[in-house]
Amino acid sequence: MSKIMEGLKYSESHEWVKVEGDVAVVGVSDFAQKEMGDITYVDMPEVDDEVTAGEEFGALESVKASSELIAPVSGTVVEVNSELEDTPEKVNEDAYGAWIIKVKMSDPAELDALMDAAAYKAAIGE
Amino acid sequence: MKYYDKLVFELSQEGRTGFSLPVNKYPAAPELPAALRRESALNLPQVSEPDVVRHYTNLSQMNFGVDTGFYPLGSCTMKYNPKINEEIAAMPGFGGLHPLMEDSLVPGARKVYEEMNKALAAITGMHAFTFDPCAGAHGELTGLMIMRQYHLNRGDLARTKVIVPDSAHGTNPASAAVAGLEVVEVKSLENGRIDVEALKPLLGPDIAGIMMTNPNTLGLFETQIEEIAALVHGVGGLLYYDGANMNPLMGVVRPGDMGFDIMHLNLHKTFSTPHGGGGPGSGPVGVAKHLEGCIPAIKVSGFHGNFGVILRAYAYILSLGKDHLQKVGQFSVLGANYIKECLKDKYKLPIEGVCKHEFVFDGLINDGAHDDVPGATTLDVAKRLLDYGFHAPTIYFPLLFHQALMIEPTETESKETLDAFIEVMRKIADEAAQDPMILHDAPHNTPISRPDETTAARNPILKFQDTL
Amino acid sequence: MAQLSYLPQTEADVQAMLARIGVNKLEDLYSDVPAQFLHKGAYALPDALSEQEIRDYFASLEAMNARLKVFVGQGAYDHYTPSVIPYLCSRSEFLTAYTPYQCEISQGTLRYIFEYQSMMCELTGLDVSNASMYDGPTAAAEAMKMAIACARKKTRVLLSATLLPNVIAVVKTYAKFHGVEIGMIEADGGQTSLSALQAELAKDDVAGVIVPSVNRYGIVEDHSGFADAIHAEKGILVEYCDPSALAVVKTPAEWGADVAVGDGQPLGLPLCYGGPYVGFMTVKKEHMRKMPGRIVGQTTDKEGRRVFVLTLQAREQHIKREKATSNICSNESLMALWVTVYLSLMGPEGMKQVNKLSADGAHYLKAELLKTGQFEDVFPDKPFLKEFVLKYKGTGLKERLEKAGFFAALDTEEGYVSFCVTEKRTKEEIDRLVAAVKEG
Repeated sequence: MSKIMEGLKYSESHEWVKVEGDVAVVGVSDFAQKEMGDITYVDMPEVDDEVTAGEEFGALESVKASSELIAPVSGTVVEVNSELEDTPEKVNEDAYGAWIIKVKMSDPAELDALMDAAAYKAAIGE
Repeated sequence: MKYYDKLVFELSQEGRTGFSLPVNKYPAAPELPAALRRESALNLPQVSEPDVVRHYTNLSQMNFGVDTGFYPLGSCTMKYNPKINEEIAAMPGFGGLHPLMEDSLVPGARKVYEEMNKALAAITGMHAFTFDPCAGAHGELTGLMIMRQYHLNRGDLARTKVIVPDSAHGTNPASAAVAGLEVVEVKSLENGRIDVEALKPLLGPDIAGIMMTNPNTLGLFETQIEEIAALVHGVGGLLYYDGANMNPLMGVVRPGDMGFDIMHLNLHKTFSTPHGGGGPGSGPVGVAKHLEGCIPAIKVSGFHGNFGVILRAYAYILSLGKDHLQKVGQFSVLGANYIKECLKDKYKLPIEGVCKHEFVFDGLINDGAHDDVPGATTLDVAKRLLDYGFHAPTIYFPLLFHQALMIEPTETESKETLDAFIEVMRKIADEAAQDPMILHDAPHNTPISRPDETTAARNPILKFQDTL
Repeated sequence: MAQLSYLPQTEADVQAMLARIGVNKLEDLYSDVPAQFLHKGAYALPDALSEQEIRDYFASLEAMNARLKVFVGQGAYDHYTPSVIPYLCSRSEFLTAYTPYQCEISQGTLRYIFEYQSMMCELTGLDVSNASMYDGPTAAAEAMKMAIACARKKTRVLLSATLLPNVIAVVKTYAKFHGVEIGMIEADGGQTSLSALQAELAKDDVAGVIVPSVNRYGIVEDHSGFADAIHAEKGILVEYCDPSALAVVKTPAEWGADVAVGDGQPLGLPLCYGGPYVGFMTVKKEHMRKMPGRIVGQTTDKEGRRVFVLTLQAREQHIKREKATSNICSNESLMALWVTVYLSLMGPEGMKQVNKLSADGAHYLKAELLKTGQFEDVFPDKPFLKEFVLKYKGTGLKERLEKAGFFAALDTEEGYVSFCVTEKRTKEEIDRLVAAVKEG
């Protein structure tokens, strides 16, 4: 059973979004980190990069696998969690605390396409 | 095998030397200007010749090779590496040839290339070969460049995509990306073969061709190959054959006869040259007659490819001749089917029926999972095999089966070896059913136990200097 | 027909296995192959040869080749191979081993690769090395792709016109199909021109620049100002090197380079008509994850022993497939062992002496050739080590020297003749070569 946090939005590809004004804080769900196993590297974009909803913005890597990170919303990257460069295991330890990027949204209406906690719980079949 | 923990840097002592150079009889040349001279110290190990010999001899004794024991690695064709080939590759009349010597100085070397060209054409049904590629993936890249060049020569700039089966080896899509082609995946059926109905809608004027192997990565012959060839050719695309799985076809079937236009061979698989711990290999690329003109434009290595490897392969081909070629194919298929039949009551066989030189199990039938103890995985089976003196089969490839265990015995293994392997695999399956912890903790009898790969990736230590 | 000694199956074995499978004959194992594809009749191959016939045949091919003293470099150097190297590298545990994916029974391979990586970093001064590539030219092509991957939105890579012709040809081939535009930096007075580089950089689309540490004329280049100019435009500097010369010339790290590539062949690998050689690539730490090729790392096992494994595999084709840093799989591992043993034997002192013997010999040869009056010095004030070019005032020099037993005076694209002297040549050989020149 994986943890699902209330008050967040979720994508089909297991990213979560916490809305802070016009900024979307993005991370991956507990389910995602469990699926990956020990995360050895988080491939992140740079500040000022543009991201597009539905498209890849980075990746989670483990010893034997690589999993794309898909942007849940479009916009400009305003902050990147540099802690994850040296300690990628933080994503395993606390998936909801270890945010990955913060995006200034270009189209907040895209949030409506995401799931709430209950819908995500149902989607992953738990 | 004994655990030997030294690194050559740790044997170093200031002032020790291990070389012997002639006395310098020349007048001293002017020194390089200071601005161009190396400034930092050169901290290479300072060791004597006996130190070096002992060190690397001890290192070698922590290694397992085909000469040590059985390597049932699917898709690697770990067959016996003949020793006469080594002798020939070391002949000074070949070893001393500078690659820029013109043809008239090296007719013996040129003859090797000409005769190899003829021999490989005879074996594969292709028309002409380039020997520049140094490995299979390099051959794939070269072949895809030839495919693109063919369309460019026709003035057709629309051919931007290549079709690759979802069962393909990772080098296929990777090579396509390097060659500037977009990868379009075609799904496999449950019986492991390309889904021809799924292929049809993918075909169009933007398809440069299809990359496939036959038998495929599950060891199954693509029985629909004639239809696939007609469909791809029908839209003006080319067929590329990944020759990694050529072994079962030796002396029996020729890729050129099946409609393939371009192919590569792995000399370090099918043609017995030693794997060397990860190379050198050689990946000659053969083409049908209408593509021969595309080859000269494609320069993918510095000189003439890996001549030393090509020499070895040619010696091997001469030992087979027309007489023994077919036994290679037939006996490789015989061994694979034999193992499959003897183990399918203990391991899940996802696809029934005759296989070619290799086949895939999808993990144990009874993995021993109970209460809190997780079942034995394919990784656990592989590690336990090491305890019994066998190299593991290929694991977790192809991706179609989550507990994939791909077994390829090759034709140079005796029935006794196959029987011993079968017996051990049965024993391991029974161990798993009884107590999977034995497998989880394996290997027990090797110089080292399972490594912490997570830390290795999170905190990489990639050179000796990092540890000082 | 001669027998084949590699097949253990007896007739009884074959019958027993067929019976267990449930078929009658070997042909039944191909029942899934459409009949029209089963080859009929004999293959167009010669009859099988016995081992002694094979040995005799290759001896006859060997005898057809000229045996000349090699006085040419241009990317393949006739340095001396100590006897220990082929002896150790022919050990079957190294030679017949597979890629070290099962690390518990491959510590031999993994440890020598770790040593090799360490030594290449020591020679180049950079932080991380991979486990080898096919050869120098393809390593340069991979560096070209890496520059594009690192640079984001820049689409051009510059090559110096003083790189070896085969390096340029291979990089251009890869660039053409990978959709990368190549720009050339002109030479000035025998080396890469800084002002030409600056002019190209000003076009603001350069992802990376590849320049030779020692160039096609044998000249040791001065790259002062190159790194600053390139980094100001956010590009990466790639130095193409002769690793043997790095013992005495300024290292890529000292020039401020991001990447070093080249061919390890000068480190004791035989000429062998062009291969197998061994490409190398080392990079600055910040580029580690964009680097192609396998990498070995150190870690511990469950009992706390120091062990070595293939690591950072998530960059590679078997995981990332079309998004991998490269398609490379098999590389030149055994040749990396060759290099590792060579550098272990030579050590810092041996490497300096190899360079001194080679350079002193080359300078002696050049002086003697100029004394004959038959040559013009093309780059009289440029520093060189073991290789140099001259302009020959006559014709047919190479052929004449061949008749005298020397492979020398290779014609270059520019119309020069190229010479190279290594520690394997002797003063007597040089004097005989000069005598042969004078006779003409």
